[in-house]
Amino acid sequence: MDIWIYDKTFEGFLTLVFDCFDRKTFPVRISGKEDCQPGIFPAGYEVTSDETKAKRVWNGLHKKISNNGCQMLYRVFLSELDDIELLILNFVRKVFESKESMELNFGDKYILEMLQVGKKVNREAQRILMFVRFQKTADDIYYASFDPQYNVLPLTIKHFEKRFADQKWVIYDTRRNFGFYYDLKNTIEIELSGSLIDPQTGAIDDSIMDKDEQLFQELWKSYFKSMCIKERINPRLHRQLLPKRFWKYLIEKQG
Amino acid sequence: MNSDVLKKLEVLAGAAKYDVSCASSGSNRGNAGNGIGNASPWGICHSFTEDGRCISLLKIMLTNHCMYDCAYCVNRRSNDVRRTAFSVKELTELTISFYRRNYIEGLFLSSGVVKSPDHTMSLMIRVAKELREVHRYNGYIHLKSIPGAGREVVHEAGLYADRLSVNVEIPTEPNLKLLAPEKDYTSIFTPMNSIRQGILTSREDRKKFRSAPKFVPAGQSTQVIIGATPDSDNQILTLASYMYKEQQMKRVYYSGYIPVNTNDSRLPVLTKPPLVRENRLYQSDWLMRFYFFSVDEIVNDKYPNLDLEIDPKLSYALRNPGLFPVDINKAPYELILRVPGIGVKSAKLIIMSRRFGKIHAGQLKKMGVVLKRARYFITCNELSSPTINEVKPENLRQVFLKKVPAKKDKYPGQLKLFADY
Repeated sequence: MDIWIYDKTFEGFLTLVFDCFDRKTFPVRISGKEDCQPGIFPAGYEVTSDETKAKRVWNGLHKKISNNGCQMLYRVFLSELDDIELLILNFVRKVFESKESMELNFGDKYILEMLQVGKKVNREAQRILMFVRFQKTADDIYYASFDPQYNVLPLTIKHFEKRFADQKWVIYDTRRNFGFYYDLKNTIEIELSGSLIDPQTGAIDDSIMDKDEQLFQELWKSYFKSMCIKERINPRLHRQLLPKRFWKYLIEKQG
Repeated sequence: MNSDVLKKLEVLAGAAKYDVSCASSGSNRGNAGNGIGNASPWGICHSFTEDGRCISLLKIMLTNHCMYDCAYCVNRRSNDVRRTAFSVKELTELTISFYRRNYIEGLFLSSGVVKSPDHTMSLMIRVAKELREVHRYNGYIHLKSIPGAGREVVHEAGLYADRLSVNVEIPTEPNLKLLAPEKDYTSIFTPMNSIRQGILTSREDRKKFRSAPKFVPAGQSTQVIIGATPDSDNQILTLASYMYKEQQMKRVYYSGYIPVNTNDSRLPVLTKPPLVRENRLYQSDWLMRFYFFSVDEIVNDKYPNLDLEIDPKLSYALRNPGLFPVDINKAPYELILRVPGIGVKSAKLIIMSRRFGKIHAGQLKKMGVVLKRARYFITCNELSSPTINEVKPENLRQVFLKKVPAKKDKYPGQLKLFADY
């Protein structure tokens, strides 16, 4: 079996694509360095991330497909789904091997699947914009936890920078254990340690909470309750629109 | 901010919930000068109530004191309910605090009528103005325009708001006058016309000067109450069609009447709000806005009311079998959209993909076409199934009602269709 391993970064993946065309051979499986259990299936080839190679592939893609198409490809990569690298590789092969642009040929199952996975990833990013709930800390930082299904937090940062330009905030991906801190000027990637944040719900400890935070949470809960028209209650629709996996972060769904 | 606000919030949010609009889309106001907030052109929902409606905006009334006595309204003068009012400071602070926590996309402010329509509007404008100018807030603002409000206040409101709306509430004027003695169509359409005029003028100005002020950039909307009066779906949808075409509305909302006021002989006695009818009206609305249907193709003098058992697009298809089958590989976009089971998304995929080669049924399914439905109305590459013309519309209706596939023995000679799917 021809298994290739790489470092699970996007740059690493683009390097892998480069090496495929360079070596004129394509892997049957692609695996991350850490996921690859030594001894069971020996790795056939280990990719070494290379910025120049990655850039050449990325620029090459831009010549063959639209900017939207390239962005979609990046989002599909962020899905981190099993064997997603193979799907993207198949797609890239099609792109480079056909004379005309075929990115709109959704009759092709790989291209359609790329579109559909890309949409799923987009939707998850959208859900961060929808369901993130900031809590204000005593030192004026607005904090929120989230555990997106796909690695989409980086896609949402621009939105929050623009919208909340005059407040400090942190959004943290608890599943992947990294987040972003905006300090009114720049946004930096951070890794948190410590016990002042509940790992399950992302609730911040009372000791670091702003004095008005509790009141605003109460106000929001009360507003949420008042908005419901009891004659129209529809729990199924409610759960469909507001899936249960988000409830733990939603103040309005707590007790 | 104190717990007093909590009580006011309960009353004034509870009073505002019957207004169904909660859209936050259509405006692309940027965050100017590092203030707070911006508007997202596609709109963002932040939560969903247990009745399955989106919460995007802080939908609230400035006050539920009201001098009008509209039969369908929970806040009417003759109702014995707790009355209260927010101060401008309370409401702006509440909006900003909710916004900063990402609870909401903006403010939707409505109000009971106090003193006069103009006076009420100017109170609401003060809230919007303070948000924009004191708090440097660039998020979404939807202001309700009070029926009977004059041109000046409407114009001022439009400079701060992203969207304005005047609710028609009752689909025909005689019935409106019956239920809301203080209102008539003049008082509703006058502010509506001012808004439309303002939008058109501002659009022209902005073509000449990019810095000309925006006026109601997200357009206007309105709401119609369904089932409080005997008006037909034909009357309702004809009104809606007029709103889209002539008034250039962004949205018309349909609100199934909820019997908030019992013991009023002018109102029907309902055990449940007409939710199915409301849903069918929304489906028809979508057909007019995104599927190139004209109103008389959906309802007309012969069919004044929508079929509650099947959706309006299927209903249209069954009434017009001659239009089908549609050839997926050749037909224009508008015609493909008429096929039950094909929506805007899959129709677009079909159009884009068929340039590369013929499309067959398996691909349609992957693209999201509901073949169970669509198969009676299409022909595509290798798919040859009995169409509506062989099965006959009346039989097909039964098939869809029972939600079971057509029995094989019912249509002898039919080949097995979807063995592989």
